[in-house]
Amino acid sequence: MSRPGFVLEVDERTPPLLMHQGEGFRLERLPLGSKVIYPPDSLPGLRNVDTAIARALLNPIGIEPLPELLRPGMRLTVVFDDISLPLPPMQTPDVRQRVIEHVLEMAAAKGVDDVELIAGNSLHRRMTPAELKRVVGDRVFRSFFPDHLRNHDAEDHSNLVEVGTTAQGEVVELNRRAMESDLVVYVNITLTAMSGGPKSVSVGLASYRSLRHHHNVHTLRHSRSFNDPANSAMHHSYERMKDVIGDHVTVFQIEATLNNDTFPSSMGFLNKREWEWNLADQGRYLGVKRVNELLPAKSRRRLWQSTAAPYGVTAVNAGVPSEVHPQTIANVHRQQLTEVRGQSDVAIFGLPYICPYNVNSIMNPILVMSLGLGYFFNLYKNRPIVREGGTAIFYHPVPGEFHPVHHPSYIDFFDEVLTESIDPVVLETKFEEQFATDPWYIQLYRKSYAYHGVHPFYMWYWGAHALEHLGEVIFVGGNRRTTARMGFKAASTLADALEIASHTVGSSPSISYLHAPPLVMADVR
Amino acid sequence: MILALEYQRSPARYMVARGVTSTTLGSRLAGMVAGNVAPLRLMTRPAPDLPGPGWTRLAPRLSGVCGSDLGLLAGQSSPYLSPMTSMPFVPGHEIVGETLDDVPGVPRGSRVVLDPVLSCSPRGTKQCRWCASGQQSRCDHVTTGGLSAGLQTGFCADTGGGWSRQLVAHESQLHLVPDDLPDERAVLVEPLACAVHSVRRVEIPSGASVAVIGAGTVGLLTLLALRELTPAVRIHVVAKHRHQRERALALGATAVHAPGRATRALRRSTTARMHVPELGSEFLLGGVDIAFECTGGSSGLDSALRLVRAGGTIVMSGMPSGHVDLTPLWYRELELVGAYATSSNSSRGPDSVRPDFAEAIELAGTAPLDGWVEPAYPLARWREALGHATEAGRLGSIKIAFDPRRD
Repeated sequence: MSRPGFVLEVDERTPPLLMHQGEGFRLERLPLGSKVIYPPDSLPGLRNVDTAIARALLNPIGIEPLPELLRPGMRLTVVFDDISLPLPPMQTPDVRQRVIEHVLEMAAAKGVDDVELIAGNSLHRRMTPAELKRVVGDRVFRSFFPDHLRNHDAEDHSNLVEVGTTAQGEVVELNRRAMESDLVVYVNITLTAMSGGPKSVSVGLASYRSLRHHHNVHTLRHSRSFNDPANSAMHHSYERMKDVIGDHVTVFQIEATLNNDTFPSSMGFLNKREWEWNLADQGRYLGVKRVNELLPAKSRRRLWQSTAAPYGVTAVNAGVPSEVHPQTIANVHRQQLTEVRGQSDVAIFGLPYICPYNVNSIMNPILVMSLGLGYFFNLYKNRPIVREGGTAIFYHPVPGEFHPVHHPSYIDFFDEVLTESIDPVVLETKFEEQFATDPWYIQLYRKSYAYHGVHPFYMWYWGAHALEHLGEVIFVGGNRRTTARMGFKAASTLADALEIASHTVGSSPSISYLHAPPLVMADVR
Repeated sequence: MILALEYQRSPARYMVARGVTSTTLGSRLAGMVAGNVAPLRLMTRPAPDLPGPGWTRLAPRLSGVCGSDLGLLAGQSSPYLSPMTSMPFVPGHEIVGETLDDVPGVPRGSRVVLDPVLSCSPRGTKQCRWCASGQQSRCDHVTTGGLSAGLQTGFCADTGGGWSRQLVAHESQLHLVPDDLPDERAVLVEPLACAVHSVRRVEIPSGASVAVIGAGTVGLLTLLALRELTPAVRIHVVAKHRHQRERALALGATAVHAPGRATRALRRSTTARMHVPELGSEFLLGGVDIAFECTGGSSGLDSALRLVRAGGTIVMSGMPSGHVDLTPLWYRELELVGAYATSSNSSRGPDSVRPDFAEAIELAGTAPLDGWVEPAYPLARWREALGHATEAGRLGSIKIAFDPRRD
């Protein structure tokens, strides 16, 4: 039986606590009385994942078993989550590979010949052949790539189709092959409560024209949080779109959830609570930290990016998206939700080296902002862990580095747009269209491995709720130039950060530290 | 006898200066080279004789340090120009001074600016086809006639130059300075007239996109001329230093970009496509319609070649130096247009326009040029002046000048 999540109150016996800080980490002593929010212990993984997958496919929720939906001569499209999930990437075999193999075996047994596999990468960069192979496995890759295993292309207008409009006027424009199929099987990994369910098809296979209805400042500001679908305007939009899609094509959704075994055994101490570190853990901490600091920057990045998580699969559920997803969310909450009493004046977050958009890439300053003020800030139900007008302190060096192939529009966004304004509404009104329709960015998105031109705007909107909510944002160890460009402050130490924050929250603020990763979601009462 | 800075022939010193400043590290020592290696000496020498009627002695009040002067002293000017000079000469061709003799239309004691080109009229030769058409900067006779070879005052052994207490000037070179135009603005008239001339060298249609590469004196004055004399255009300025960026925006630049950012910024602005070759800098397919190269450096021209759209135009305003990969010129079928000195008639089409100097004098009176000229150096502090001029951009300065009257 795994222990539930809990909130530690720091006292004089509390050891220094681990903080992620980009491609590194440190131990930090927090002020007495600080609250530290830990996730539940990692849940046990399923002993036999293949059995669980087969059971889910044969006993789906709200729809016939998968074999009954398959028939000769039909068009079957299998869509799967792209490289942005899970984080870090899981050790092979990826659970998507296992699910896809089951689906394809069932399809073959039923004589289905017209099968296409599509990565639901939306406006993310294309996955490379090697990345596709890692997700779907060697056997599937060899059988389907390149003609029948592809990335979704949101700018291939000949392969997009407008399937309808929601009651609120939201255009639903999606991948034509999928929408003109007899059956879409979506293979999802739900790492956080934000993902999966109605979001999968309506985002993963969408065009910019469709995405702009929910990926915008207004929606993000009214998604509180976007990890709590019931209270997320963004998810309400997905729901409306899901209904339009459901009128057009049958979607069979398979959702897998993972436990919190985020780091491999060599860095197992990162998965544990500090006072439970044994001598071996302490030795590994010192050794890994020392080696990490001595490594040249490129080697250090390569090492972190090659880290694969030994996740266990906690559940596999299948069915129609609206019915299977609540079960998935319940499993996510079982692994990540921790009840917290009350908000604090200051929230502390240690930001790790990875986010959904820098897998095999570089975490640029915009992505740091998105990870901190977007993903981590929104890891809550009910209320943010920090009060309105409070201060968020993030640990990250925020280096001014960009991947020139993956993030070309980010470079221009940082240098040309953020120098004009950091107000999400201004950016959306004045610049979004320019970037979204820029033919060069479109070319790089389609032919190279670049995120779409509009993507940095979405990253900025991801933090729009936090920007509105917070009184101050401080990065401990942050590069002064990059943090200043984004309208934030940099501090050398936590003490300096609290000194800076004292102008906003006073000299004895209440403090909450969201101890992640492994991921934890605060249920703030 | 007068006090003057004299440039003497010394192939050895020229080669040493060229060798040192050709390297990346050495280019940072250009000021030191100009002051210590170049064959320039402060000396007393006889005042130049009046070559004939129509000439006057001129006492400089201010004399600017031009990029071409610095190029010469750093050994970076092209040997191509050597036949159009005669040694020893006194540099200095951006001059506001006072006449010491009467000439027709310019009574003794007049405050004047100098058009330094030594064309047919000063030389007393028969008018070449260019001078006859008012395009004196193209004069074919700069090596003949009654004067020693010299494309301009400041490069001719017979006329003296602005970096002295006295020179001689022909009546055709003189332009009266309005009483309300202070010396600090008047000394900018000559480079401003050159900028006017360069802008008039090409047709700039309404709505055209223009890049000005460099934001030193030439670049900023080119921007000023573009704003004042051409239809509304989108003008992007590539500026290295913060004060240059601020001045460019004050002069009406649409946007100002740091050199390292210019290609990306112009790509976005013109919705071009950017590519990165295996060696060398990135370039655009697409880009601006016209670029004005105002640095005189090879990297400036290289940038211009990579930023202009196919069929576009590059105007070379700065005196060129170094070598450049001309492949884009060939591949993108670009027009490369030279812009040297000034004309008294437009070189384009039959439409008559005011002479470049007249235009420049008027602009100098109205444009926001306050603070562009630093307090002038006496000739005796010439090494400091040249060092300052070489580092002007980094030090927040625009134009460095001598006041030869000062001790």
